[in-house]
Amino acid sequence: MIEALVFYMFAGIAVASGVMVISARNPVHSVLFLILAFFNAAGLFVLLGAEFLAMILVIVYVGAVAVLFLFVVMMLDINFVELRQGFLQYLPFGGLIGLILLVELLALGFGWVLAPDAAARVAVPMQPLETVSNTQALGALIYTHYIYLFQAAGLILLVAMIGAIVLSHRQRDGVLKQKVSDQIRRRAEDSAKTRKVESGKGI
Amino acid sequence: MFEIGLSHYMSLSAILFVLGIFGIFLNRKNVVVILMSIELILLAVNINLVAFSAELNDLVGQVFAMFILTVAAAEAAIGLAILMAFFRNRGSIAVEDINVMKG
Repeated sequence: MIEALVFYMFAGIAVASGVMVISARNPVHSVLFLILAFFNAAGLFVLLGAEFLAMILVIVYVGAVAVLFLFVVMMLDINFVELRQGFLQYLPFGGLIGLILLVELLALGFGWVLAPDAAARVAVPMQPLETVSNTQALGALIYTHYIYLFQAAGLILLVAMIGAIVLSHRQRDGVLKQKVSDQIRRRAEDSAKTRKVESGKGI
Repeated sequence: MFEIGLSHYMSLSAILFVLGIFGIFLNRKNVVVILMSIELILLAVNINLVAFSAELNDLVGQVFAMFILTVAAAEAAIGLAILMAFFRNRGSIAVEDINVMKG
């Protein structure tokens, strides 16, 4: 009973904030509602017993991704009202496609049954929470069976980091900056010359 | 009604997924909101994976949800960096203006 109420609360707020994300006039509000949706999804994850993922969701999404969005939205000087033109024009078409997709997905969700031998095909069964915590079990799994996937995930993040730096870094002209390598490379013979000047004549 | 099972989570995930798709159609001019809609879609997928993981008592679903989270974070970072670079060059982020692809 309590679980059901908590589920409906989290799910309801998540869906409501999802609606607000796509319909808010101000993109800053959209980002804030996205944060609310992530928090509620984290609550649902806790309800499902995946507490590590819930914490990761709060730290990574709310702490990093959403703040990045907020930063970009506030930094770009854009007339967002202009961007909303055609909002109502796309509403019927988008609504139709969304409705069809939702009906299909819900039909699939309710018409679907679990394979009878699904319980026998479990790849890595979960230990009861009294013996091993969720975080411990996940760690024991990703550092052994899924180590290559884990490394690949790290590589993806590295590539993303380098890509973001390369894309957003810019070399400005006309700015005097200290270049240590140029200073070290400089030699006396490159910068100073000794010339014999005859008296009474210039160079 | 008061017995929360897999179908409840699947319905929620389907609704969030459709909201994300709908958001892409609705905000066709604003790339920032399109990126946020993609985040919503990935969140819906994650909810589905974790719900199945809990239902089947299988931990691998959570491992995959974690990797999806990683990819989503990388995608958001790259997407926003491209957006910044584009805005610096063109002074606009309207999707209609992104039609010239000169190297």
